[in-house]
Amino acid sequence: MSAAATKIIQPLPLNSTTTNRSPHKALFNPLKTIPISSFPASTRKLRLTKPNSPHARRRSTSVFAVSDVVQEKKPTFNTFFPNLLITKEEGLELYEDMILGRSFEDMCAQMYYRGKMFGFVHLYNGQEAVSAGFIKLLKNEDCVVSTYRDHVHALSKGVPARAVMSELFGKTTGCCRGQGGSMHMFSKEHNVLGGFAFIGEGIPVATGAAFTSKYRREVLKEGDCDHVTLAFFGDGTCNNGQFFECLNMAALWKLPIVFVVENNLWAIGMSHLRATSDPQIWKKGPAFGIPGVHVDGMDVLKVREAAKEAITRARRGEGPTLVECETYRFRGHSLADPDELRDASEKAHYAARDPITALKKYMVENNLASEAELKVIEKKIDEVVEEAVEFADSSPLPGRSQLLENVFADPRGFGIGPDGKYRCEDPKFTEGTAHV
Amino acid sequence: MLGIVRGRVARGGVNASMTVRDALNSALDEEMSADPKVFVMGEEVGEYQGAYKISKGLLEKYGPERVVDTPITEAIDHIINSAAKSNYMSAGQISVPIVFRGPNGAAAGVGAQHSQCYAAWFGACPGLKVLAPYSSEDARGLLKAAIRDPDPVVFLENELLYGESFPVSAEVLDSSFCLPIGKAKIEREGKDVTITAFSKMVGYALKAAEILAKEGISAEVINLRSIRPLDRSSINASVRKTNRLITVEEGFPQHGVGAEICACVVEESFEYLDAPVERIAGADVPMPYAANLEREWPSHRVQHSFVYTNVKVERSKITFLLF
Repeated sequence: MSAAATKIIQPLPLNSTTTNRSPHKALFNPLKTIPISSFPASTRKLRLTKPNSPHARRRSTSVFAVSDVVQEKKPTFNTFFPNLLITKEEGLELYEDMILGRSFEDMCAQMYYRGKMFGFVHLYNGQEAVSAGFIKLLKNEDCVVSTYRDHVHALSKGVPARAVMSELFGKTTGCCRGQGGSMHMFSKEHNVLGGFAFIGEGIPVATGAAFTSKYRREVLKEGDCDHVTLAFFGDGTCNNGQFFECLNMAALWKLPIVFVVENNLWAIGMSHLRATSDPQIWKKGPAFGIPGVHVDGMDVLKVREAAKEAITRARRGEGPTLVECETYRFRGHSLADPDELRDASEKAHYAARDPITALKKYMVENNLASEAELKVIEKKIDEVVEEAVEFADSSPLPGRSQLLENVFADPRGFGIGPDGKYRCEDPKFTEGTAHV
Repeated sequence: MLGIVRGRVARGGVNASMTVRDALNSALDEEMSADPKVFVMGEEVGEYQGAYKISKGLLEKYGPERVVDTPITEAIDHIINSAAKSNYMSAGQISVPIVFRGPNGAAAGVGAQHSQCYAAWFGACPGLKVLAPYSSEDARGLLKAAIRDPDPVVFLENELLYGESFPVSAEVLDSSFCLPIGKAKIEREGKDVTITAFSKMVGYALKAAEILAKEGISAEVINLRSIRPLDRSSINASVRKTNRLITVEEGFPQHGVGAEICACVVEESFEYLDAPVERIAGADVPMPYAANLEREWPSHRVQHSFVYTNVKVERSKITFLLF
C-alpha cells in the first residue's frame, strides 16, 4: 500500500497517448489505467470489500458517514422465515416488476428493428434491480425523476405497459399522447416527472419536487406531507455541474430526496474510469454533508435494504442520501450503439450476475416460491407485453390539430389573431399549421 | 420633477407617481399575500433585499420559507429545455408556473457579459411567454399577470429603468390590477410613421416622437410590452394606418425582435407599406467597456440605416435623440 501512496502524488495519465501506455496494448484497460492500486479497478474488489475492513478504512478516512445496512442481513418480522430479507409477497412483487422491465425492453428492441419504434431508444436491460429495489418502496404520491433510460422507471412506478408502449410508437394513447417519446415519460397520475434527454437535467427538477414537499409541509401547513423524491441518473452525470449544485442545495435545506446513481461504468462509449478523477461516486456525498452509500446494484435485495434506509431518512426529514448502485447495462447505450468498446469479459462477468436470475435462485432456495409460480408470473408478463404491443399498434396516430395543443397551460400564449382577439378563442385555432 | 411619491390614491386623474422598482416590489408583495403558493427564490432576494432591491421588505414580511436565498448559479438551459418544453412533452400533465425575472440589456459600463439583451433569444422559444415592461404601470400589471399565469414567463426588466418614476392612476394602484399578456400599448397616437419599441427604448422613441412632432411629423409609438406572443394585430393595424415602420431595440440586429416584426408586417401588410421597414438596433459587436464607445454602440447602427428619406428629418437630430 505504501507504493500506492507514493503513486497517488503523480498526475493520472488520463487520455494520454504518451509512452505511459504501450501501443500494442488496448487503449482502455480497466485494470491498468489508474495507477492508484487502492482503488479497486476490478469490480470484483468493489463487491467483496466491506465498508469497515482495513482496506476500506484507508480509502475512506474522509468519509462523513456510510450506512452499514449492507454489512449484515437484518431480520424482518417474517414468522416463517425469520432470517430472510423479504416476504413471499414482496419477493413476487419484485420478481414480477423485474420481469416486466426485462420483457418490455426486449420487446422494444424487437419493435425498433421492425420499424415501429424510432428515434433514440435507450434500454434498461441488466439494471432492473435498481428500479425495482427503489421504486417498489414508494407510495403513489412520491415522485420519480429519471433520464432518457426511463421506460422501466415509469413501469415500476405504475404507468401501465400499454401507455408506455403507445408512447414509444408515437400514438395518441401514449402516456404523453405521443408528444414526449422514449426519452420523455411523464405521468401526473403516478408522479413520474420525466424523462429528460440532457444528462443531469432531471436532478434539479427532482430537487424542486422535494422542495415542494417540504414547502407544503412547512409553509402550506399540510403536516402529513412526507413525500419523497427519487432522482435517478448515471455515472457520467456525476461529473456534471448540476449534480453538485443540487447536492449542495438538498443538503443545505435538508430536502426529502434520494440521489440514486446507476453506475453502469459507461457514459455511451466513455468509461467512467477514464472520465472521473475519483471514480468512487458515493464519496461525493460526504463532501456536501450527505451520507454516501455504495451498494451492489445487481442484487435487488441489497438495493432494497439501502433504499429502505435512504427513503426512511428522507421521510423523517433527515435530509438527502446519495446511493451509488454498481450496475451494468447488458445492451448498448441505445439501439443505435454498436457497443464495440466494452470488453467481452466485462459483459460476461455481469451477465453472470443477472439480477433476475439471482432473485429467482434466492426465492427458490429459500422456499419463498416454486419454479412453477415464477413461470406463471413470466407467462403473465408475456401476455401483458403482447397486449401492450397490440394496443399500441391499433391505436390511432395523433390528429393534426394536436400539434398546437399543450404548448401552454393557458393558451393565450398563442397571442392575438388578425381579428384582434385571442387566437385561442377562435374555435378553429388548432386546426391550422403551427404558423403563428 | 418626478418625485418618488407612493400610492396616494387620488380621485379622478393621475396624481400619484411610482418608480419601476416600487411597482415591481408592490406587485410581488400583493401577489404573495394573495396566494400562499407564490414564493420568491434566487440570489440575494432575501437578506440583501434583492440584488437591485426589488424584493425589499419581502423577507421581513413573509419569512425565509417564502423568500428563499439560494446559492448562486448560472443556467439558461433549464429555461429553454425544461421549463419551456415540459408542458408540451408531458401533453399538459406537468405545467410550469414560474416567472423568471431580472434585469436585461445594457446598464452603464458593465461590459460585454452583462449587457446583452436576450429578448430575441427567449422570444424564439415556443413554450415561453416573454414580457418586457417599460413604465411602472407596465411593471405592475405585467408582473401580476406573469405571476398568475400558469406557464413559464420570462420577465425582462431594465436596470436603468428601476429608478425612473412614472405617473400611475388609481386603477393601476389597485391590488387586482392586471395587464393582459400579448397586447401592446399605443403610447402615442400618430399618423405618419409607426415606431415600435420595448423596454428602455420606448422612452427614446417617445422623445424622438416629441421632436418629430415639432417638425410636423406625427409618429405613432407602440410599446410592445409582450415579445412572445407578439401583438402582431396591433402592429399591423398601426402600419396600415401610417404606412411606414421603424423598429427600435437594444439588442443585436441579426435575428432580432425587429427582424421578426419586419417579417410579420411584410407578410400581412405588404401593400400598405410605402417604404421599406427600418430596423434600429445595437451595433453587431459585444458591448465595449470604454464609456465613449458604449455611447457610440447603438448609434453606430443608426448612422448606417436610419430612414432619412422616409421621415425627412435631419440625420443628426434623430441620432442624438434616440441615444
